[in-house]
Amino acid sequence: MKLESRIPSGPIEKKWDNCRFDMKLVNPANKRKYSVIVVGTGLAGGAAAATLGELGYNVLCFSHHDSPRRAHSIAAQGGINAAKNYCNDGDSIYRLFYDTVKGGDFRAREANVYRLAQISVGIIDQCVAQGVPFAREYGGTLSNRSFGGAQVSRTFYARGQTGQQLLLGAYQALERQIDAGSVKMFTRREMLDLIVIDGVARGIVTRDMGTGKLEVTIADAVVLGTGGYGNVFYLSTNAKNSNATAIWRAYKRGAAFGNPCFTQIHPTCIPVSGDYQSKLTLMSESLRNDGRIWVPLKKGDARAADQIPEAERDYFLERRYPSFGNLVPRDVASRNAKMVCDEGRGVGPGGYGVYLDFADSIRRLGASTIRERYGNLFEMYDRITGEDPYSVPMRIYPAVHYTMGGLWVDYRLQSTIPGLFVIGEANFSDHGANRLGASALMQGLADGYFVLPYTIGDYLANTKLAKADESHVAAREALGNVENLTKKMLGIRGKRTVDSFHKELGKYMWEYCGMARTDKGLQFAMGKIAELREEYWKNVNILGSNEEINQSLERAGRVADFIELGELMCRDALERRESCGGHFREEWQTPEGEAQRDDENFSHAAAWLYQGDGKTPERLVEPLEFEYVHPSQRSYK
Amino acid sequence: MKITLHVWRQKDRNAQGKLVRYECPNVSEHMSFLEMLDVLNEDLTTKGEDPVAFEHDCREGICGSCGIVINGVAHGPMPGTTVCQLHMRHFKDGDELYLEPWRAKAFPVMKDLIVDRGAFDRIIAAGGYISVPAGSAPDGNAIPVPKEDSDRAMDAAQCIGCGACVAACPNASASLFTSAKISHLGLLPQGQPERYERALNMVQQMTIEEFGACGNIGECEAVCPKRISIENIARMHRDYMNGAFSARPNAEAGSAG
Repeated sequence: MKLESRIPSGPIEKKWDNCRFDMKLVNPANKRKYSVIVVGTGLAGGAAAATLGELGYNVLCFSHHDSPRRAHSIAAQGGINAAKNYCNDGDSIYRLFYDTVKGGDFRAREANVYRLAQISVGIIDQCVAQGVPFAREYGGTLSNRSFGGAQVSRTFYARGQTGQQLLLGAYQALERQIDAGSVKMFTRREMLDLIVIDGVARGIVTRDMGTGKLEVTIADAVVLGTGGYGNVFYLSTNAKNSNATAIWRAYKRGAAFGNPCFTQIHPTCIPVSGDYQSKLTLMSESLRNDGRIWVPLKKGDARAADQIPEAERDYFLERRYPSFGNLVPRDVASRNAKMVCDEGRGVGPGGYGVYLDFADSIRRLGASTIRERYGNLFEMYDRITGEDPYSVPMRIYPAVHYTMGGLWVDYRLQSTIPGLFVIGEANFSDHGANRLGASALMQGLADGYFVLPYTIGDYLANTKLAKADESHVAAREALGNVENLTKKMLGIRGKRTVDSFHKELGKYMWEYCGMARTDKGLQFAMGKIAELREEYWKNVNILGSNEEINQSLERAGRVADFIELGELMCRDALERRESCGGHFREEWQTPEGEAQRDDENFSHAAAWLYQGDGKTPERLVEPLEFEYVHPSQRSYK
Repeated sequence: MKITLHVWRQKDRNAQGKLVRYECPNVSEHMSFLEMLDVLNEDLTTKGEDPVAFEHDCREGICGSCGIVINGVAHGPMPGTTVCQLHMRHFKDGDELYLEPWRAKAFPVMKDLIVDRGAFDRIIAAGGYISVPAGSAPDGNAIPVPKEDSDRAMDAAQCIGCGACVAACPNASASLFTSAKISHLGLLPQGQPERYERALNMVQQMTIEEFGACGNIGECEAVCPKRISIENIARMHRDYMNGAFSARPNAEAGSAG
């Protein structure tokens, strides 16, 4: 198979226009004859379902939550980027495009990123019109702040709850369509298989998590907006139920998986406190605007932060990166925090933490300004750690946060299975090897409101689909597949809990496929993961039955998929013999310890094609061409 | 420390539930409340006993999934805190805690501590939105919004839809939840065209779902993890009255020429 990216012709600023003009339209009266499945109701899925409903399609929307409003987009704190240039500080579509390509360390598709920057402007307008209460200035205009990897202020925000407010906007638009009858909502449904008929995606198998009933749904196209797979690491900032099952099962049906090893480790999270730890909590990147990151100069300095004089502190980001300072991109900030902790200069119990100190800003701006900007984050920190960040510096450490990898999609967001579209974090498209802060919300909404609704129309208008229903042999096969898997898992009755397997997997992934990766480490991890997988299918203990609410069974299926995905991530990391963005191979670094790309051999996206259980997947390659932003050693000095 | 739990166990919607006693012998003060339940569930599973079902997701206090009544208080003893953000350092060695699901006719128990909150979605679907299809918006700065209004709208918009307000209310009223959305949208210029109709429709849906009426007791505000003010309920009533008194038959819509 060859990957067809379908990048439109013409100069970059005309590509999306050209594409839109070339695409076939579905006549308004015919739209209601098409049905589209949307799985997931986060920013991407929720926005797509609502918009497709507004356009007149029959939308069947699925969520594993009790309500579409619970999707994990809700937890995004800091903001959403847009090239509005409201601050008159030199921003433009081209600059947002440039920053994003560079921030992604030249491993994203230029055409996609340009489109994203173009669309960003309309997203803000849409959200304001929906009633999203963005922060405002006294004159009533929208307020902006700066974020990592940029030297302009282009981030729009709603206190520290931007994701919540944007998601509620999409959710409300979705509920409006549900009320209008154009969207049929199925909550507490988990997608467990993809149905492919005559080579095209036509439906899904879901489990009703309230009753255990397995259901088949057939439609004309399937859209996955099911989020990222950071929970492969067990501990991450993702919500506990975020999982890879929908995209993984689609992968096993033939959708290639793009750049699985590209994981973002976020620099500002609350450090781990014990082995009962169930998840990690992010402290928004926006804190780096006013907080200064430091560690003691001396190794093993056990003094309290306020006892360490200025001269004995190392503000390591400001020292190493004078022009970006504390606002370097996430991958750089994380790696530097790891470096100083590995040197023995980390703070807090266990020594895996660095200070994020607001004392200077409080002196300069007053505590009330700081409270207005970050009050809810400070409160959250206090609640979790029992420490008051107004008087002592926060302790932070990097944690898994976002996955740039995901199912491979072409310019039109279609996977390698025709009729299967993948949007938001679930796809691999726009962030390359590192995502800039406040760009995930932008991409989710761009895909959902403004890209997919056009491109799916072109697919439907150009495709002649045979009639099919639940009795189709492919649908019955997929249903049987899920039934067997469920029976198999429930029949094991071994000795170890699902979570114990998940935690063990997480340890291998964090240690060997986390912030620093080596050939030896990755090979070791792959061996360990293979052993873990074998043990899983012999020794996992899942109580109860399928025909009830069974949270262990829900987790069991997800963990089985995480184990397989973890192996693929290691394989991808092993094959990518270079460092780029969040993918740091110790063998490839500059003398200053920065990521050393190998553009000659690895200026491409890698997409893995499933070949069957126990077989090595095929590594496909999509070459990346940089006509506009010329690859250079990223410098934030 | 050692904590004794009495947890509401109920097999399904129709089963009779009861409180069951569990001992948690090794609770760390740094654990979150839900992490204590995770440890309990791991123990139960290893012993071959059905783990306690409870809803949770982000564990950052923002998704609104979790909700447990602890010793009679929705989300437990810390004000402005969801149960997932509640840490064990606020309890003492030897504490005995009673864990129950939200109790309201409109929130039927599905299993153990999980309830069905679908009624909240239907209240939003009845009018909790601004009708603006994707693509039809003017420039974000075209309509200035006074900072004061925007901030107040944000105060109301912070509602996470957890349902604690309903669980705490002696009438199981959803007034705080419903009014928070009515306020959020009604305070913004963008929300004006549908303001009064929105209030009418959402309040009507609240009644259809069999939530009780507001009795101005204020328990909802006391337990709200986002500290949503009952001032919003007053605003909802005002908008409702305004809508009810000024309601007229729909104007004739223009038809095709």
